[in-house]
Amino acid sequence: MRRALQILAIGSMVALAGACGGGPPPETGAAPNADAIAAAERARQDSLMAAQAEAERMAREEAERVRRQREADSLAALARGGDVVRNMLAAMVNFDFDRSEIRPGDAATLDQKVSILQANPDLRIRISGHCDERGSDEYNLALGNRRATSAKQYLVSHGIDASRIETQSFGEERPMAMGHDEDSWAQNRRAEFEIVSGGDMLRQR
Amino acid sequence: MASRAIRGGLLLGVLLSAYPPIRLSAQEPVDRGVRIGIVYRPGVRPGLVVLAAGPAVDSIRAIIARDLDYSDRFEPITLPAGDSIRLASSDEPAPRAAGGGRATRPGRPAGLNYPLYQALGADFAVEIRALGDSTVVALHDVAAAGVRRALRTRLPPPTEPGFRQAVHRLSDQLVQAALGAPGVAATRILFVRDGKVHEIDQDGADMRLVSSSDRQAMSPSWAPDGRRFAYMEFHAGRGQLFVHDLAGGTRRPVATTGQALDFTPSFSPDGRTLAFSRATEEGTDIYTINVRDNCCLQRLTVGRFSDNLSPTYSPDGRRIAFVSTRPGLAQLYVMAADGTEQQMLAAVDWGVTGASNAPEWSPDGQSVIFHRDVAGTLQVFVLDVRARVVKQLTSVGRNEDPTWAPDSRHVAFVSDRTGYRQLWIIDMETGRIRPLLQQSGARLPSWSPRLPEVAATNPQPGRGNER
Repeated sequence: MRRALQILAIGSMVALAGACGGGPPPETGAAPNADAIAAAERARQDSLMAAQAEAERMAREEAERVRRQREADSLAALARGGDVVRNMLAAMVNFDFDRSEIRPGDAATLDQKVSILQANPDLRIRISGHCDERGSDEYNLALGNRRATSAKQYLVSHGIDASRIETQSFGEERPMAMGHDEDSWAQNRRAEFEIVSGGDMLRQR
Repeated sequence: MASRAIRGGLLLGVLLSAYPPIRLSAQEPVDRGVRIGIVYRPGVRPGLVVLAAGPAVDSIRAIIARDLDYSDRFEPITLPAGDSIRLASSDEPAPRAAGGGRATRPGRPAGLNYPLYQALGADFAVEIRALGDSTVVALHDVAAAGVRRALRTRLPPPTEPGFRQAVHRLSDQLVQAALGAPGVAATRILFVRDGKVHEIDQDGADMRLVSSSDRQAMSPSWAPDGRRFAYMEFHAGRGQLFVHDLAGGTRRPVATTGQALDFTPSFSPDGRTLAFSRATEEGTDIYTINVRDNCCLQRLTVGRFSDNLSPTYSPDGRRIAFVSTRPGLAQLYVMAADGTEQQMLAAVDWGVTGASNAPEWSPDGQSVIFHRDVAGTLQVFVLDVRARVVKQLTSVGRNEDPTWAPDSRHVAFVSDRTGYRQLWIIDMETGRIRPLLQQSGARLPSWSPRLPEVAATNPQPGRGNER
């Protein structure tokens, strides 16, 4: 920067000298000094190059800043990604009354789990089946078991090793919604997914 | 019939003048006249009056009177002065019976004023007296004008835990003496509340906590000896079965259970085998295990695409009724105790009623009680095993998880008919329904067999001496 100022200063002095030349003729009385013209020209060229260098340098600095920023952003994104994956894995699926079949709308939810399980070979999960309060208390233990098994079967049929998935049933003993209406019942007819092991560094393909 | 009623009315008028110490209000003959008309209709229950001599036996009288009322086998007669009518508390001879002439000795029940009680519509009179440190309970046959049976026993003090059961046992002997069939007063009912097993007398008294851990319990089920029960407990997402010994308050885990979800235990009638449901990834199936030697697991059903659960033995031990989802909806099935000859037990009214669950075979072997989905709620049904016909017993509110009393006519069940879930008892003969428990949240009841005498209550002195 200082060098650029010096160049500019010299340039302007040269220019002033030139302008002076336009006044009363120098005592030398000679034509304009060729050397002075060449020097001015050089100085002009120098200043152009200096400006260009400066622009390039600033562009480089900006690129570096953006690169650093992007790196920081992507690190945060990666961390956020773990939570996203975890939430995808924990997303519940729901069932119709007294049924254990996976509903077509829940296939996408389970497909996400399939890809997470494929991307994380050490990941092991547990599926628990739950029921609403309308059915028989004891029968619901069998129904919850069927719901958990049904969700597991979906994952296994999409290529996940059966030994990585445990199942259990709580019947209607652990309701999520405490109401006594269809809305609560629908929420309580569910399969829950939890991580047993290998869930510290979750990746998504 | 009519003439007998009129004669009773006339007799009452005569008696009123003949025995001034017993005071009846003026309108009493009218009421009793109606009452007598009911008593002598065929098939209607015999009238019964319970009399106590002195305030010392009032608490005993209250328990016995309630037991006999709850037996639903008698028409209880309340005397004009309410419950306060007492016999003379001394050992002086009671007013002599018309045809009595029986000598009255201390400690032996005297004759009662039979014509009076007969006129009041009583067929039986129970007389309760204290004699020294013993209690004498006499059952009088009013028509025969004599004592049919006198029971002399030394009851534990009312503050001791065995007291109520000892009095209940007297009630059962009275029912036996009067009608030839034992009562069910000396029984208790197990149930689950707040995830713990509790126990309560059949008359709603004496509730106590019996399960001993903080884990959630389900499905208590009595052993036929009345000393133990089996139940299930959640343990780390699995279900483990235990056999709990009531006298010792100890429990023993049932072998091989707890690895999977094991639930709905049910004893065989000889008490050696426990049948139960086991849920695995293959589905739910019925297994048996020898609980005497804690060994020898056997698998009785292979469901694959259906669930099989909730086994209940026939009282002869040869068959097991259970629930199967093989028709697509849970329904009642039956098989031989070794798992062969599996077939549907209760006909299904497709489209009208839904899933059937929670069966329990009656102690007399003739019926299976269960609940069934009707219009989106549950109702208690009874199946006649031989005729294979079902009958709906309840219709008000949601009614579920029925369990038989040992007399095969009373059933305890869970109902929300008053707004919250609690235990109720229905008498199948009369249709009478009474609440067992006033607290909410009770479920999964199991009615005991007739309970054995606990060693603490001393039954020896003069017990059950008969005439």
